Amino acid sequence: MQQSYPDHKGRYGPFGGKYVPETVMAALEELEAGLKEALVDEAFLAEYEEVLREYAGRETPLTYAKRLSEIVGGAKIYLKREDLLHTGAHKINNAIGQALLAKRMGKTKIVAETGAGQHGVATATVAAKYGLECKIFMGEKDMERQKLNVFRMELLGAEVVPATSGSKTLKDATNEAIRYWVSHVDDTMYLIGSVVGPHPYPYMVREFQRVIGDEAKRQMEQLPDAVIACVGGGSNAIGMFTSFLNEPTVQLFGAEAGGKGIETPEHAATLTKGDRGVIHGSLTYLIQDEHGQIIEPYSISAGLDYPGIGPEHAYLKDEERVHYEAITDAEAIEALVKLTQTEGILPAIESAHAVALALKKARTMTSDQSILICLSGRGDKDVDTIRNVLSETKGESHDEPS
Amino acid sequence: MNRVEEAANNNDQLFIPYIVAGDPTIEVTIDLARVLEESGAHILELGVPYSDPLADGPVIQAAANRSLQEGTSLQTVIDTVRQIREAGIKIPIVLFCYVNPILKYGLHDAVKAASEAGVDGWLVPDLPYEENDEMKKTCNEYGNVLISLVAPTSNERVKRIATEAQGFLYCVSSLGVTGVREEFDARLDTFITAANESSNVPLAVGFGVSKREHVARLHKQGYGAVVGSRIVKEIEKHETMLRDPHQRSKALLQIKTFVQSLVSS
Ligand SMILES: Cc1ncc(COP(=O)(O)O)c(C=O)c1O
Repeated sequence: MQQSYPDHKGRYGPFGGKYVPETVMAALEELEAGLKEALVDEAFLAEYEEVLREYAGRETPLTYAKRLSEIVGGAKIYLKREDLLHTGAHKINNAIGQALLAKRMGKTKIVAETGAGQHGVATATVAAKYGLECKIFMGEKDMERQKLNVFRMELLGAEVVPATSGSKTLKDATNEAIRYWVSHVDDTMYLIGSVVGPHPYPYMVREFQRVIGDEAKRQMEQLPDAVIACVGGGSNAIGMFTSFLNEPTVQLFGAEAGGKGIETPEHAATLTKGDRGVIHGSLTYLIQDEHGQIIEPYSISAGLDYPGIGPEHAYLKDEERVHYEAITDAEAIEALVKLTQTEGILPAIESAHAVALALKKARTMTSDQSILICLSGRGDKDVDTIRNVLSETKGESHDEPS
Repeated sequence: MNRVEEAANNNDQLFIPYIVAGDPTIEVTIDLARVLEESGAHILELGVPYSDPLADGPVIQAAANRSLQEGTSLQTVIDTVRQIREAGIKIPIVLFCYVNPILKYGLHDAVKAASEAGVDGWLVPDLPYEENDEMKKTCNEYGNVLISLVAPTSNERVKRIATEAQGFLYCVSSLGVTGVREEFDARLDTFITAANESSNVPLAVGFGVSKREHVARLHKQGYGAVVGSRIVKEIEKHETMLRDPHQRSKALLQIKTFVQSLVSS
């Protein structure tokens, strides 16, 4: 079904569209035209694939998590290793695609938003590679929380601009990046970090991420019974799911950030708890109050801490093609430790949400069934957070064996 | 005829101030509506505060935050308009509101309630031509107009938008967001001329219009002037006085003098 989406208005069923000020429309139309040309240009596609291969480290391996599968008991668990990519997460696939497009469209500057800093680092990386001037908007609060990534971006030659409006986090950084872009469209391309925003962004980012699922499908000896990915904005998930949407035997699951529990106000479970509305130019599900003001979400993982969700996910949820479940901070951390200690693979906390959901599903399945997880990133960036969480929980229960 | 259309058609030096409802309080908004009417405004653009105002610069963002702190919602603003009407203030009112609060309220219900309260039109900055069918139909059903925007980059879009414009056509003077600017975008004159050729309604220029000379220049060319951030800034300067019942009338008088100075050429 996904081949026919989005339609010419950028709609996925009722979702998507272009809910942006008139000042942005021309830039979106220009981008749409540039993208359309690029995606049928053999030379462009060949360069994209070459850079993915020789610079980013594709294709990424498929790892059978033997010990983890045995310990959990149930389905065989396979990991698609996006954590092994250059800069440590799937974000680089998209950053390369959009940077090449910027170059093709004659733009000399790029601007992007970032939450945890992963998309910011990926963007600053490709900017350095292609000699593009780069500005990254980052919430003032996030800059404080992610100092190391701020330095990394600066080291790469990017300018990190604090977003001081609103709640001073990712959603505000996105607003600021769009505002900046609108005033500088002549020479600047906006590199969005997930399958969110106005059309054609959700479509473009899907096309630059679908390599994940295309590869994994080839690598699996037979179709998996379930495919699981974490969802922040939803780019690694869409990248993984797209190849499997037309396979009716494959169940698809998205793991949302349940934070401190979806019965508390502190979560980022947009699809489980949100309702319909417009955020960053797209009609989708979002977390808002009764007056339609957007609420700041919460998750231990900065990459899932977003009040909206890509419009295609909103559609896939309503169509019941993908099932979305919330995973709490605690469940994610527990899964992270388990994967690290059984396989020697330290996942990003974002990706650990997918692992946690997979563990739940695996237990209910049999050993002749299989689960494919998108391991979207590595956990090196999260070591401090993990150490803090683990020392807190240890401090609370003294009699726990160490 | 709708009150916005009437005001736009009958005044060749159209002056449209913008304020954020509930900045700094709802009571003050009612006073300001009167002050602006008395200062010679023809239409009042009343902003509904929003958490994520994509089209707005820092001045209006700060005003929206002050108003949200007061608990202002779309419902509050609709109620405020009712109070403004009960106070005998007749100036046509256009609600400037982002689309999400409207959707959350229910598009049809919002337009109906606002119209019954005395609203005459809507301007939804993040609802471009391609997405505005339902809003426009609903506005018209309740005798309201939906104001359209065109920007210097709209190019071939200008004609499509301008021919269907209602009330007045809002021309965004420069790229980017609302805010106080020294100079206009170099493309301004060509694009406004193009808009004027296709438009059946008068033009009003906004975003960055902040000085008496800007207003005078636009009026001389036969266009209306929308002044937002500069007036909002003046309200911000007087925040403490406006909140103090003993000093409020003095502050209102100072704001009135300022607004009058913008239009007296
Ligand atoms: C490793 C990792 N996984 C997942 C995400 C969430 O983004 P998305 O849902 O777009 O894949 C992020 C975002 O920063 C990330 O860094």
